[in-house]
Order: sequence, then structure tokens, then C-alpha cells
Amino acid sequence: MTTAVSGSDLADALGMRSFGFDGAVTDSDAYAAWVTPEAVLDVCRFLHDDPEQAYDLLSSVTAVDYVEFFDVVYHLTSLSRNASTVLKVRLYGRGALALASVTSVWAGAELQEREIYDLLGVSFTDHPNLKRMLTWEGFQGHPLRRDYLEPPLPYTWPHGG
Amino acid sequence: MDRIEGEAIEQLKWSAQEAFPEPLIHVPDDLKNNIAVTSVDALLNWGRRNAVWPVAFGLACCVFEMIASAMSRFDISRFGMEAMRASPRQADLLIVSGTLTWKMAPAVRRIYDQMSEPKWVIAMGVCATSGGPYYQGYSVVPGVNHIVPVDVYVPGCPPRPDALLYGIMQLHDKIRKYSVSHNPAGGISRGEG
Repeated sequence: MTTAVSGSDLADALGMRSFGFDGAVTDSDAYAAWVTPEAVLDVCRFLHDDPEQAYDLLSSVTAVDYVEFFDVVYHLTSLSRNASTVLKVRLYGRGALALASVTSVWAGAELQEREIYDLLGVSFTDHPNLKRMLTWEGFQGHPLRRDYLEPPLPYTWPHGG
Repeated sequence: MDRIEGEAIEQLKWSAQEAFPEPLIHVPDDLKNNIAVTSVDALLNWGRRNAVWPVAFGLACCVFEMIASAMSRFDISRFGMEAMRASPRQADLLIVSGTLTWKMAPAVRRIYDQMSEPKWVIAMGVCATSGGPYYQGYSVVPGVNHIVPVDVYVPGCPPRPDALLYGIMQLHDKIRKYSVSHNPAGGISRGEG
């Protein structure tokens, strides 16, 4: 297992750098640090490029629907430092949400950002190939959103299902 | 040792100069003039029933029970079904074994359309029957009878191989009832192409 870097340590590491990150970190706890949507690309590039951070592997990107807001979750791993941490971005609202793509930092984010766009409706700007992946072209809605309802079938089973 | 082997070959060669006579089946005289009478339907259905070749096609966890049915313990070769065809053009039976998603549905329809008639379909498991636990989900077909006409439904999640064998025997009973004149097999296509 890698050493888990706590969110407050990650926030401290981000806070110590002063080139444009002022106010980027909004919150942190024992598990994750939250940054503003505007700063996510710069923060990710810093965490990837800085030799003291060196998060060279993006283990996963995912998103969670908390009804009032969405959290986009980045699981970062540093193979050279044998460390891992969690970075989150909170997006308020339920309409067409947008966030900067991190594919220019970690190319492996491409597939998973497509999945987030497909299932949760967060579109990623500057993504090279942002189209639906698990559902098909022409699918209406984003099925992992909490307010998604499948259109009813044109019939019911005898027990009323 | 080589000399002993050579002597054996020489001995066999010179003792085998003449071919054996062809072994003929001996038919007793009182059976030589018999005639077996049957109907075309019985003969045709007997042949179809005892050589239902399935397509080698699996979708989800049900397929492992289907594979287990084909293995030696349950052994569908007892029904003449061990020839799982890799090409749908050589197959008579489509066992839809598992969850069918809408993304996979065109492929299943295409496999069914490529099969030559007469052809039969078994919906194996609750997912193939009605969508099962994914009923009214966004990605799963609510029963493969929306895609292809189904002859036999096998319940279970997944059905054990003996349940599938029972479904196969039900299909055999169904095939037995076809008739060339008034109930031809293969008249089940929906005509949509």
C-alpha cells in the first residue's frame, strides 16, 4: 500500500506555493482537499510536475452526486514517493456543469472523464474526445444523476411493476 | 534389436499378401422384406429435435452455467447439442444467456437474423426473461422478447444447468408438435427483416 497523504497535508502543500493558488483550496479533512473549479488544472499540473509532490499517476477520476452539489474526485498516486492522496472539486448546481479537463496532465484521464460526462453530465473543456461512452449516441439525460428517471415502459406487468 | 524389428515387419508383410474380405452385416432372412412406416412430420421433427445446434454465444454470468451444461457432468451431447456453432448460419438455437443491454441488442438481433430457419430461442435467466434486477434500468432490455421471439423461458439467477436442460427438453416437446402441412417450423419471424 502507498502512504496516504491526508487532505490537510495536501492543502498545506498547495498553500505553501503562492503562484496564483491563493484561495484555491476551499476545504480539507483527513481524507481529501477541495479546490475551486477554476484552479483545478493549475493545481493538477503543479501536483504532477513539482518534484516534491510528483503525483505521476492518476489512479482514478470519478464524480459523486450529492443532490445539492457534485464532487469530482481525483485519486492521485506518486509512484516515486509511494504516496497517494485525494483531490476533490465541488460543483454547485444541476444544469450543464463544466470543468477543465486534466488530460493534458495525465493522458489516462481521457476515458474516465468521458464516463463522468456520459453518466453524470459534467462536461470537460479541452477534452480531446468528449462523447458518450457507456450509453449510445442520442441517449437522453445522464443516468447516474439522482434525478434521472427512466421513461416508463409502454406496458406494465400484471403485478404493476 | 533392429534385426528383430525387421524380421517382424518381413513376417507381417509376407503373411498379409491378401486383403481381408469386407465384413458384411448379416441380416436374417425373416427381416429382409420389412418396411418401416412413419409420417414426414415425425421423421422431420425427430431429426430436428435430436440435433439442435446452439450458437456459441454468451452475454453474462448465465453463460457459465451454459458452459457447464456443455461439459461432461451435465453433458448436452446427450441431446445431440454438443456442437456449439461459432457461426449462426450453422445453428438452430440461440440461447440468450444473460443480461442484454441496449448496446448489445443490435448484435443479438443480427445473430438471430443470420440464423437459418427453422430457428429457436431460449431466454436463459431472469435478465433475459424480463430484465430481472435491471428492470426499468437505463441500459438493459426489459426481456429479449423485445428483440427476438422467444420459445422457452428458463427462470433462475442464474439457472442451474439442470434447469437449462429442462428448458431444452421443453423445447424438444415444442419441436415435436410442428407439422409440415398446418404448423410449419420456422414460421415465427416477424417479417421486419
